[in-house]
Amino acid sequence: MASMRHWLRGIGLATAALAATTMLAPQVQAQSPAPPPIKIGILHSLSGTMAISETTLKDVMLMLIEEQNKKGGLLGRKLQAVVVDPASNWPLFAEKARQLITVDKVAAVFGCWTSVSRKSVLPVFEETGNILFYPVQYEGEESSKNVFYTGAAPNQQAIPAVDYLMANEKVKRWVLAGTDYVYPRTTNKILEAYLKAKGVAADDIMINYTPFGHSDWQNIVASIKKFGSAGKKTAVVSTINGDANVPFYKELGNQGIKATDIPVVAFSVGEEELAGIDTKPLVGHLTAWNYFESVNNPANKAFIAQWKAYTKNPKRTTNDPMEAHYIGFNMWIKAVQKAGTTDPAKVIDAMVGISVPNLTGGYSAMMPNHHITKPVLIGEIRADGQMNTVWQTSGTVVANEWSPYLEGSKDLIADWRAPLSCGNFNVVTGKCGGASK
Amino acid sequence: MNFLRTCLVLILLTAPAMAQSEDAFTGLGSNDFDAIGAAITALALSGDKQASPTIHAIHDETLYAAPDGSLLIKADAGYVDARTGAPVADVVEDDLIAVRVNNKVRRAVDAALGSLDLFAATPDIRRKAAAAVFLSRDPAILPALAKAIAGETNDSVRVVIRQAQAASQLANPDATEAEQLAAVAIIRAKGGLEAQSLLGSLRDQTPAVANAAGEALTALARLQQLWSLVQSVIYGLSLGSVLLLAAAGLAITFGVMGVINMAHGEMVMIGAYTTFVVQEVIRARAPWLFEASLFIAVPLAFLVSGGIGIVIERGLIRFLYGRPLETLLATWGLSLVLQQAVRSLFGANNRDVGTPKWMSGATEWGGVTVTYNRLTIVVFAVLVLAALLAVLRYTALGLRMRAVTQNRRMAAAMGIRTPWIDALTFGLGSGIAGMAGVALSQIDNVSPNLGQGYIIDSFMVVVFGGVGNLWGTVVSALTLGIVNKFLEPIAGAVLGKILVLVLLILFIQRKPRGMFPLKGRAVEQ
Repeated sequence: MASMRHWLRGIGLATAALAATTMLAPQVQAQSPAPPPIKIGILHSLSGTMAISETTLKDVMLMLIEEQNKKGGLLGRKLQAVVVDPASNWPLFAEKARQLITVDKVAAVFGCWTSVSRKSVLPVFEETGNILFYPVQYEGEESSKNVFYTGAAPNQQAIPAVDYLMANEKVKRWVLAGTDYVYPRTTNKILEAYLKAKGVAADDIMINYTPFGHSDWQNIVASIKKFGSAGKKTAVVSTINGDANVPFYKELGNQGIKATDIPVVAFSVGEEELAGIDTKPLVGHLTAWNYFESVNNPANKAFIAQWKAYTKNPKRTTNDPMEAHYIGFNMWIKAVQKAGTTDPAKVIDAMVGISVPNLTGGYSAMMPNHHITKPVLIGEIRADGQMNTVWQTSGTVVANEWSPYLEGSKDLIADWRAPLSCGNFNVVTGKCGGASK
Repeated sequence: MNFLRTCLVLILLTAPAMAQSEDAFTGLGSNDFDAIGAAITALALSGDKQASPTIHAIHDETLYAAPDGSLLIKADAGYVDARTGAPVADVVEDDLIAVRVNNKVRRAVDAALGSLDLFAATPDIRRKAAAAVFLSRDPAILPALAKAIAGETNDSVRVVIRQAQAASQLANPDATEAEQLAAVAIIRAKGGLEAQSLLGSLRDQTPAVANAAGEALTALARLQQLWSLVQSVIYGLSLGSVLLLAAAGLAITFGVMGVINMAHGEMVMIGAYTTFVVQEVIRARAPWLFEASLFIAVPLAFLVSGGIGIVIERGLIRFLYGRPLETLLATWGLSLVLQQAVRSLFGANNRDVGTPKWMSGATEWGGVTVTYNRLTIVVFAVLVLAALLAVLRYTALGLRMRAVTQNRRMAAAMGIRTPWIDALTFGLGSGIAGMAGVALSQIDNVSPNLGQGYIIDSFMVVVFGGVGNLWGTVVSALTLGIVNKFLEPIAGAVLGKILVLVLLILFIQRKPRGMFPLKGRAVEQ
């Protein structure tokens, strides 16, 4: 295993070096006393189980950096990507993050996908004072000075989805199905508390967890069907992650559960995941995100065209975490321009209040809790694997990093502006770090 | 005054034109889902002969609204006006907006099609229509249902329409109590989850109806309890057959030959990728063959995986006989090499292996839903096992294999080329793993990691059953499958798996040779 990892690391470094040299070559000739480039770390798994999702994010970062260099770089300097491969290995994420910050001296890092990888690198960023942009929807209950969360918190995805089902489909009975790890467990805890607060009886909530990569869904789907035949409208809220979704949806289709009977709303299924399956039996099932490839506006069309040209693949899809990196990268550029330096400490202070266009036709702003404002879109899966927006919030939604529905976190707020400058301020006791994390 | 007169004339002139365009079709082009749904229901009841093709077009998502308010159906040959059915030329596709569809609209479409198709010529379509009406429970359809029952010639279809009528009657506020009680009885006789769901929604009806529904519900729920036992057994057998398929090849390479083959899962994975390649070729060259793609893939997967198996045996494993630790490490390394090779060749992403139509969908056995793909895999597992046993028992190759594994030196003395037999045996085991891959491509993700998920399960099955005993493997696979499916509803999928593993470890502690250990001198050597 060790030799294998070394080998992969070698490849990662080689690609990084190659990317760097190809990008730098023209400028070196153009300007005689070229200022040193600004380095940006990219910390996404390029091998292992998460490679499927994370490789795309590495590609989109390289595209954005190339684009910025075409516009003349930043502060008169060129940008240079440093790509490392943490290989879906959580402790390795911390090791690679430290390498990026202390050896490569990057100005900021864009990376991580799973919550466990983010938790793994968190101490490294807090110790070194560097910046991490985290682009994936997550369970909340966290706010770090050094992390900017450009993905959705639960109230920017899960709760609006549940509200939609309650209002439009008159759902009275709920199945919360998820993969067995921290994101689904925390999200389901929040949802359960929320549903109970809305008057849903405990008997009308069924919670089910399955292991990663679960493939035999026969009796789980059968039990969902049984749960759904109690005379009340039933929906499934799915936090099932990764490729276990494919056999899950196949089984739903085969057992004849249609979206018109028992709709499934998924938080981890996007265009990328649907690209690998026959979507005809899934038509009408729902997803909740902050961006869909099918969103019809000029900014998004330009982004898609640019992406397809960059990857030289007309079939490549775009998805929500890609938009999050697009927003995060543009925010960082603006903050660096505002601060006039890439010094992380100054950039962190400059970040709050920065507002940039998102791809759904509005603006996203960085709030004092280091989360961004986002519109929430509910989409129905179409036969071609794209989403059909059936509902969206009228404006953008501010993230509740600390859920108001959980006992331990309802009194907490995060505000990283001076003088408060605290990620878990307890408004009842008036102390920072007042409650258990 | 003149001005007023002109206005009046204008209003008079436009009024009839407005009325003409404000027909049942207009609402379909709306932006509001509720309006679209209402328009569909109105259109279905309007009796317009274009209603059926238009609503079918919404169902197929081929109905478009043009800027001038006309509605167009996209057909193979071009566009057709939905109102008249006449073909329309010179359509600017960029100006067309697809009629908006969401689940609410889909429900309206299903109900509308149900009421329209009740009078279709084919009994099957009428049956489906009645089933759709049963789910939509729209009292507005009651007159149509009565007409359909009177005109129905097929007895079994009439029963389904009666059930639909009963369901709609229960949603009808004008129905008498006697009518509703009769309806409850019909629903109770129908049984099944749909009936339970309907009966469960009757709590706020009159006391007599609610009581009758409650009684019916209790009776049906009791029946459902029994069925859920049967369901666990059937799903267990299905899981067992998957385990059996995955483990059958290993029962040869590990069980019979004694090679700890960690690359077994990759043989399965290669079989699955063979299926993918076969389907890709068929899609590109001969789409009409698609339904038969799996039949073509099975022998090819056997040959590809078997061939690779023979190469591995000749190139690697034959140098390692009698050194189990080195074999384990070498084959594990090999499994990584094979995974990476497939990743480089096909990419890290999952590949889409299609399911032929005859394997999609499900059938109801009483209260149990059995999907066709799982059913096919059970049959396939039985066939593979039978073929394997036949090869070992009745062919010259099988005879030699048995001879070599029982007493290598004696077999060599009788003139059998034992190295060659070793290679073929390993190839046979790998080939069977490849065939398992074809089956697994239908229920799992085809990715380079496919094999990893099955290697531990396969070893578990072979060791539990007793190394070297094919029947032991069968019994063990089915036992593990059924135990797993009984534990899953009680303990949950995660804990269920852990419990199975703990039980297995305890069992192996007591009986290290598995359920059916081989006896005799051959074992002792």
